[in-house]
Formats: sequence, structure tokens, C-alpha cells
Amino acid sequence: MKLTEEQVRYVAGLANLALTEDEIHKYAHDLSDILTHIDKLNELNTDGVAPMAQVLFESGDLATLREDEPHAPLSNADAVRNAPVTGQGYFKVPRVIER
Amino acid sequence: MQIPSLTISAVRQGLAEKQFSAVELAQEALAYAQAENPKTNAYLTFSEERALSAARAVDEKLARGQDPGALAGVPVGVKDVIVTRGLRTTCGSKMLEKFVPPYDATAVERLEAAGGVIIGKTNCDEFAMGSSNENSAFGAVRNPLALDRVPGGSSGGSAAVVAQGTAVVSLGSDTGGSIRQPASFCGCVGVTPTYGRVSRYGLVAFASSLDHIGPFSRTVADSAAVLGAIAGRDPHDATSALHPVQDYVAAMAQPVKGLRIGLPKEYFQGLASEIGDRMQAGIDVLKKQGCEIVDVSLPHTEYAIAAYYIICTAEVSANLSRFDGVRFTTRSARGETLIDMYRNSRGEGFGAEAKRRIMLGTYVLSHGYYDAYYLKAQRVRSLITRDFAQAFEKVDALVTPVSPFPAFKLGEKTSDPLQMYLSDIYTITGSLAGIPCMNVPCGKTAEGLPVGMQILTKHFSEDLMFRIAHQYEISGGFAA
Repeated sequence: MKLTEEQVRYVAGLANLALTEDEIHKYAHDLSDILTHIDKLNELNTDGVAPMAQVLFESGDLATLREDEPHAPLSNADAVRNAPVTGQGYFKVPRVIER
Repeated sequence: MQIPSLTISAVRQGLAEKQFSAVELAQEALAYAQAENPKTNAYLTFSEERALSAARAVDEKLARGQDPGALAGVPVGVKDVIVTRGLRTTCGSKMLEKFVPPYDATAVERLEAAGGVIIGKTNCDEFAMGSSNENSAFGAVRNPLALDRVPGGSSGGSAAVVAQGTAVVSLGSDTGGSIRQPASFCGCVGVTPTYGRVSRYGLVAFASSLDHIGPFSRTVADSAAVLGAIAGRDPHDATSALHPVQDYVAAMAQPVKGLRIGLPKEYFQGLASEIGDRMQAGIDVLKKQGCEIVDVSLPHTEYAIAAYYIICTAEVSANLSRFDGVRFTTRSARGETLIDMYRNSRGEGFGAEAKRRIMLGTYVLSHGYYDAYYLKAQRVRSLITRDFAQAFEKVDALVTPVSPFPAFKLGEKTSDPLQMYLSDIYTITGSLAGIPCMNVPCGKTAEGLPVGMQILTKHFSEDLMFRIAHQYEISGGFAA
């Protein structure tokens, strides 16, 4: 499987990742290599094999649910403390809606 | 006190006999770690205040005649992908350079409840992605046994502090081998328990269906004690297991005579002799203890890396989407619009390997490819897990190499990411199946580099795994 630089740009857009031209060139090469290795999976017939999304163990249907008991949440000050830009207890972002 | 060779039982004895107080031990351990750290860059942050306050609590309990806990006074290093309240947690990333978490991971809370004294946070590959610890934004870690070589990754710092003697035990995380491989490169014990055995609450998510927290130590008993303290159900993690936690330390005492140990043939084909010879010596130690050695097959082994790098990168692309310049410390100065701010913050904040995996994961999940890649990989994961289940019908445990080669030189393998991925072959299968697996030292190469042996058992059979490892250790296996 060979990935073009055009495809790399498209995927970077989906991932919200700004890449330099050098990075686009490098990832086209690296991802092509890795995807070629991954093509190996097509050798296997997996018809009728259930996908394994998670390591699961026998237990009752509701066994992993906890009681719905109220508890003190993270305070507003703690929740926004690590944000780069805040105001009035909110996260601030560049303007989204034009007035 | 001999800081670099302390064990949990030596600490317990020293405290009981009043050779030292927990505060004195913490002070000395911190001073030693701070003096030695420049050699390896294994610690990113020291936590003096927190360590001294934990040690004071241990001393107070001892003075009152209360039980100070199974890890009382023990100096611990914690991998910097596990959050610690009020103590910077970087994940080895520029993105989180200034991140100070508002809560503790469950494993950290339990470690401290058992009397453990956290002296610092350990270096690692960015967001735990890597096999050499060269992907840290804060510089590579050097292997304490050979300073021009890597300590392995991604928990390279956690392995190095134990090997260097700047912590008695440490916590790491393992997604595809990130505990076992650095433990093998640094010649220490490293344990990846059953998936769900230790709560992931507070472990910064990399690949959620594969992430594990586990211990490093210099003896099997010490890892058994740490796992016993941190394991168990946690309401904060719905995937944490309900199974009762066994007494791993007590389980170790039983001999291994009569146990059936399987050698999967796929793991030994084409193995370099410097590793193969040491493995044979290690297997001979088990044989002498009365284990029956049986050849088995795990036929889907060759597909594990392909399946793993689809599943793990898909989960990475989703988990790392939260780092967008809004909530977590780093925002690009460039970008007028919201979307440009996201893109530039992520482009500037993530390192090369994190970006590579986000790209691969986004691609395999993108429109039209989900069935061909992610779903296919999950089906192959079922086949690999079934291989193990079938092998465990014939044998009690499996023994394999951990890495195809010993610690390599810094910079030696950075240019070819696929080759780096392929080196994870022996550890990834156990991760996909979610079974307990661990590294124990198995002698050294002619150059003096540690070789590691992996022991794998059925889900929740950590007791059996520790028993084999401990019996192997006391019959001289570490120097096999």
C-alpha cells in the first residue's frame, strides 16, 4: 500500500495536525512502509471470527457498574487551572461565530 | 543503608529495627537519586515535599504502633504518564510540559496508602510510544549498565531507576511491551499484569484496550508486593477486574516441580545465538527444578505486529484528540481561527512518533478503511488470543525471549520506524491477549548486556507467574 503526499495532507487535515512539507514527505514514506507490512493481514481468512474490541471476562451484566452516588466534582478552579487561556471560569478559544 | 541495593524487605527490617527512620531513608534516597540522575536522565521531576510528607506519615504510624503498610518507606519512581496530584506530569511531551494534574491515579493513591514514598517521576517515550526512550521531549534516557545504549522503552526511566539503584521499585506502563522490554535491557524484573488487574484511572490514555500499569523491581518478591498493593477493582475504571487479588508473595514459595512449561516454536526460530544461548540456559534452570518442557505453537504470531499497529494507532488517534490547545497547557501562538489554533497547537506540541501514530491511526479509521483495517485487526486479535487459550490447555505457562536483541546504541535504530516496530514481536502478542507476562533477567551477552526471559500465564494467573519467576530466581536463573 503506497500513500501519496496528497493523501497524507488529507489525513493530516482529518487529524487536525499541521505538518511541514518535510514531515508530509517523511510520513508518506513511513506510512507506506508500515501499511505494506500491514497488508500481510490479508493473507488470513477471518470469516466468521468475532472481532475482539476489548479483553473481557465472565461477570454479571451489571457487575461492572457502580452505585450512582453523588460526590463532589472537580472544582471549577481546578478544572481550568491547566488551560492556556481562561476567563470567568471558562476555557477561552479563538472566535468561532462571526458577528 | 545501601541505597542502590535496598529491597522492600530490607526497608521493612531497617524500619523495624530502627536502623533508620522513613524520613531519613527518604532524604538519603532523594540525595542519592539527585546526585546519580545526570548520568542517565531517568528522572524528569523530583518530589521532595511529597516524599518527605509520605515518609513522615510512615514514621508516625510506626511510633503509634500501627501497621504502616506493605510498602512502608519504600522509595518509588513513577512513570510520567501516570498522573500525580500537584506534581507535574509531562508524558514525555512538550504538549504537557507544564501540566499539573488535579488528581492522583488510583495506582498512585494505593501505592501511597500502602506506605510507598514517591521520590520522583520517570522519563519515558512521548505518551509511552516507543521502544528506546529516544522519543522523549526531555531527552533520551541512558542505560545505567552501558551509558552509550538505550534503556529500552517506553518505560525506560522506570527501568533505569531500578537498575541504577535510584529507586527500590517503580511503576511503568505497558501497551505492547513497554515494561518487559526495558526491564530486559536494564536487567531487572518488570511485570505486565492481566488487562484490568490494575486500574487505568489516571494513566494518561494511549491505547485504552491495551494499556496496563505494572511494577519494576530488582527481585521478584518486590514486584509481587507492589502488584498486590495496587491491583484490584476500582469504580473509576469500568474495565478494572472484579477478581479477588491473590497474595502473590505467599504464592511464590511453592516449588515448580511437575509444572509444564511451553516453548512456542515461532519465538525461537531464527533467534540470534547471543539471545538463544541465554534462553537455553534459563530453560535449563527450570528443567533442573523439575519443570517439564513442552514444545507448543502459536500459529498467528507473525500477524501480531500488523494487528497491533492498527489497533494501537487507531486508539491513539482518538485518545490524543483531547490535546487541542484548549484544556491542556500548550497553545500555539499562531492561528486566527479555532481550526488553525487546533492544528498549529498539535503540530507544534507533538513529537515525530506521536504524529506518525496519530496519522496512521486516523488513516486506518478514515472513511472506507474501517472494515479493511480496524475490524480486520480486531478479528486477528481474536485469533491470537485463541492461540494462547489453546496453548494453555497443554501447558501451565509459556517461556519466550523478550527482545530479539539486547540494548542497542543510542541513535542506532531511529531512522527506520518499521524496523523499530518489528522489534516488539515477542511482547505484543501477550498484550493483545491481555494475559499476565513478565520479564526476568536471564544472564548477559558476551558484551555484558542483560538478556531477558518472558514468562506468560493464563488471565489472572499472576500467582503462578510469580511462583515460576521466584523459583527461577532463587535457583540462580538471573545469572543463567
